[in-house]
Amino acid sequence: MSKYTFQGYRRPDGTFGSRNYVAIMSSVVCANEVTAAIANQTLGAAAIMHQQGCSQLSPDLDRVTNSLIGLGSNPNVAAALIVSLGCEGTNVNKVAEEIAKTGKPVEVINIQKLGGMTNAIAAGVGLAQKLVLKSTGIQRETADISEFIMGIKCGASDATSGFASNMVIGYVSDKLVDLNATVIFGETTEFIGAEHILAKRARTPQIGEKILTIVDQMETRAKSLGVDMRKGQPTPGNIEGGLSTIEEKSLGAIMKSGTRPIDGVLEYDEIATHRCKGLWIKNTPGREPVLLTGMALAGAQAVIFSTGRGAPQGFPIMPVLKVCGNPETYNRMINDMDLNAGEVLSASKSVEEIGETAFNMLLDVLSGKATKSESIKYTNTMDIYTIGPTI
Amino acid sequence: MNQLIAIKISDKDNVATVFTKGANAGASITITASNGKIGEITLKQDIPYGHKVALEDIAEGVEIIKFGESIGKTSKPIKIGEHVHVHNLDSMRARGDLQ
Repeated sequence: MSKYTFQGYRRPDGTFGSRNYVAIMSSVVCANEVTAAIANQTLGAAAIMHQQGCSQLSPDLDRVTNSLIGLGSNPNVAAALIVSLGCEGTNVNKVAEEIAKTGKPVEVINIQKLGGMTNAIAAGVGLAQKLVLKSTGIQRETADISEFIMGIKCGASDATSGFASNMVIGYVSDKLVDLNATVIFGETTEFIGAEHILAKRARTPQIGEKILTIVDQMETRAKSLGVDMRKGQPTPGNIEGGLSTIEEKSLGAIMKSGTRPIDGVLEYDEIATHRCKGLWIKNTPGREPVLLTGMALAGAQAVIFSTGRGAPQGFPIMPVLKVCGNPETYNRMINDMDLNAGEVLSASKSVEEIGETAFNMLLDVLSGKATKSESIKYTNTMDIYTIGPTI
Repeated sequence: MNQLIAIKISDKDNVATVFTKGANAGASITITASNGKIGEITLKQDIPYGHKVALEDIAEGVEIIKFGESIGKTSKPIKIGEHVHVHNLDSMRARGDLQ
């Protein structure tokens, strides 16, 4: 074991969770109300609710199925209860079977078969209670830092992000890669204008080509609507914060990926656990609720999140640590921000110094310390990224 | 009053980013790089925190360089000390409107 460890919940597949949730998972949007009721009534439950799973084409339904498998398999989940309506397009059996392969308990309820919402809630609370009583007996054990998969996000950026908070996260990313952990960053839209720099960092020419391809696909999709992408990206808030173009935003955004070689590209619904080491890209848009889902389904036990204007987001099953590049925002949104990286600009502190603080905060969070967003329960907003029409 | 500071990241950059408040027209601002102070210019316009100031006169249709890389092209001529932002700088990427 290296000198860096955390206290995690060991799962039957050998992974270590930073949290110990019973995940109550909607297989389809129509099950969300039942999922919420069960989660509200159950200690230590996390609700996985989204807007997908029905009246979609098969590539999207496959994404929803794979995403739910990934979320249920995340090491932070001790057990899963899948809430199905009964007529959805999501492959519920596959979701249950694949999560069960990780060795954790999985239950399924079917609202239509059980005779409606009230019966489903009653049955679900009963099953969830059994899962909680079992999973709360699991004790934390020492895990090496190499067991950590960290997701990276930046949101509500301003000009400080590329100078301060993303630089700090880049430092943490490099340190984790050097310690044989796994780091994943995404937001393909925010590679536009900086993709040539990322492609040069690719481990192989094929990975470099893949990076250029996913950026081209994202840019083509944006252009297909026949408008200037500005206002969508950069957002009105980014622009007010001094970021004029997507190229400028991207060049600041990629600072959060550090300097190490890029080992590969994961599609949105792909799992990283057991197969990815080093620095990986996940092909995602920038919007927070779908990006964070992409990181959680990959198997990330925590996300480090850079912001300048102040993003409050958390996630149902995964702690999200906020590193704020703008010192004024940090002070104004002190209940949402975990670390003031703005001291790089305002107090002449070094990126390394703040980076070490961020790294140690992450170790504490992995061992159970609540992030600001967890402590005030910003834990219900998420969605799964789909690409086709709702029909 | 605090010393006004704008950071120039790369030698190639023709803009610097202002990271002090009160950077108003007529004021003198210090331009810094990783090796410390590299110059001083007089602001022609107010520059909000986090926004960019031109470090030289720049013609229309010319690339603005920050981080040593192109962040778009000027849509009108810009004078040294002026604010560089969406009113005089256009993205060259994801421009569905130009197709």
